[in-house]
Amino acid sequence: MRDKSSRKPFPLHIIVFLAPSVIIYTLFMVFPLLDSLRLSFMTVSELNTEVFAGLQNYFTLLTDEIYAPRFWGALKNNLVFFLIHMVVQNSIGLLLAALLASGIKGSWVYRTVLFMPTVLSVVIIGFIWQLILNPLWGVAESILQAVGLEQLFKPWLGLPEYALITVSLISVWQFVGIPMILFFAALIGIPDELMEAARVDGASGWQTFWRIKFPLILPTVGIVAILTFVGNFNAFDLIYTMKGANAGPDFSTDIMGTLFYRTFFGQQLQLGNPTMGATVAAMMFVIILTGVLIYTFLWQRRIQTVEM
Amino acid sequence: MSNSVEEMKSTGPSLVYRFQRTIEGVIPHLVLLGYAAIVMFPIIMIVVNSFKNRKAIFGMPFQWPTPETFSLIGYETVIERSTFHLYFLNSIIVTLVALALTLLIGSMAAFALAEYQFPGNALLGLYLAIGIMIPIRLGTVGILNLMVQFKLVNTLTGLILIYIAQALPLTIFILSQFFRQVPKDLKDAARIDGASEYRIFNLVLPLVRPALGAIGIFTMIPIWNDLWFPLVISPSSKTATVTLGVQQFLGQFVSDWNAVLSSLTMAMVPILIIYLIFSRQMISSITEGAIK
Repeated sequence: MRDKSSRKPFPLHIIVFLAPSVIIYTLFMVFPLLDSLRLSFMTVSELNTEVFAGLQNYFTLLTDEIYAPRFWGALKNNLVFFLIHMVVQNSIGLLLAALLASGIKGSWVYRTVLFMPTVLSVVIIGFIWQLILNPLWGVAESILQAVGLEQLFKPWLGLPEYALITVSLISVWQFVGIPMILFFAALIGIPDELMEAARVDGASGWQTFWRIKFPLILPTVGIVAILTFVGNFNAFDLIYTMKGANAGPDFSTDIMGTLFYRTFFGQQLQLGNPTMGATVAAMMFVIILTGVLIYTFLWQRRIQTVEM
Repeated sequence: MSNSVEEMKSTGPSLVYRFQRTIEGVIPHLVLLGYAAIVMFPIIMIVVNSFKNRKAIFGMPFQWPTPETFSLIGYETVIERSTFHLYFLNSIIVTLVALALTLLIGSMAAFALAEYQFPGNALLGLYLAIGIMIPIRLGTVGILNLMVQFKLVNTLTGLILIYIAQALPLTIFILSQFFRQVPKDLKDAARIDGASEYRIFNLVLPLVRPALGAIGIFTMIPIWNDLWFPLVISPSSKTATVTLGVQQFLGQFVSDWNAVLSSLTMAMVPILIIYLIFSRQMISSITEGAIK
């Protein structure tokens, strides 16, 4: 059948099957992405026409005295945001997964509960935590009081030195279910015979985990890391919901997503600038692409050689 | 090997050993229960307090509503002062239409990629897979220009098209792997009977139904929860989705605690109910390797 069809002119049914997807994907995803990249090399002249500007926008973004501090600040904050997710979210996810995969009773109920915040919208999560942490309501303060730690309470979301960490931890709280479920899937996929052998050898649970299980789930560690990276450098909703487009206090929670929004649409004192917005998006694209390429070519290749 | 197992068992009954085992058995539950409490606590606080009057919300936030403190004033405000029903309707339309079209055209493309050897097959597969890792948001400037040109700003159609484009890459990638596993005999038998290629697609589609279900759930959640595109492409009050509607409503009523708590509960509970109904399928679809 296949040989026959390949000798004829390109079969119509293949085109019918592929065309709708290829057209929508190209038109609404690939083309706008390329168009944005193109716009990042343009500027809008006084006559409201697009003029080629070369790397001028990038130069402005990285060195201008108004743009540059915001860009480097957002990049630094985004890195902190990412590192907190990598360290806190993914370790908690791994710990929970290890406990759930140990054949514990009620594993199913725990999984359902722990995954729950992940399905809720970031907007809802943002407001919930804003209320819980609100000194007016005093819920967080009362809880710290109950364990004798009330002196630790601060209006964390309002203080520049705490706001970013607080917002990051709220995001961790919401998304811990994703690494948990991916690690869990990997852990229960490990053949029982391997574990039996280790147990008979008298290895402790801790030893078998780090020496046998963890190396076996390294591919999942890589997937979790790259998903976290892409998700974090594309984040926006939580900061916008909790701290607004200005990502206050004093831009301390500003990340690439909020910088992009502000640059593109403007804010109170500054007009929106589509070409500069496109430039911020292009920088995000470069960052995310770098992460994806490192993952694909360095991490995956290395894992493969280790496995061989 | 069996010897050492016997040895381990024989040390079992000692009291110290049993005590140790009990402790080891309890700790994981304590950790999981502790974390489950951290997860549930904020959600329960919001839902419970949404049924209390203002005084009780602030006076005794940790108590269940009593006949004296019970109040639905927040819900009344939300229903009177906002157009929540419209937001819900918009969200349902956008999510369902985008989902149905994604599954339909995505499975068609996945079938073609898996079934036919044609020049450029691998390259096309790769082209369609790029979108798995590159977020569609990065093309927002271009998308907005396109929407302006097509007069799709402030329409649900615009949103639907964006969400289809966003969901297609992963859908096609996963489904084509499933279509490759469908036995060849079945399709060849149908071809000998003179079935058209469209007929064969119809025949094979039910066989990948479990994958369609899993992809459906995972496509739905990000669409329903998205704030970015409703905010950027269709912020008008007529086309606002629940996520955007809640965001704007809360911004206006931020000091009305009854209304804030009630609107959060109203936005949250439907999703949680759907989640609890489908959670088993959803989570097992990942853990059993339906999505990998």
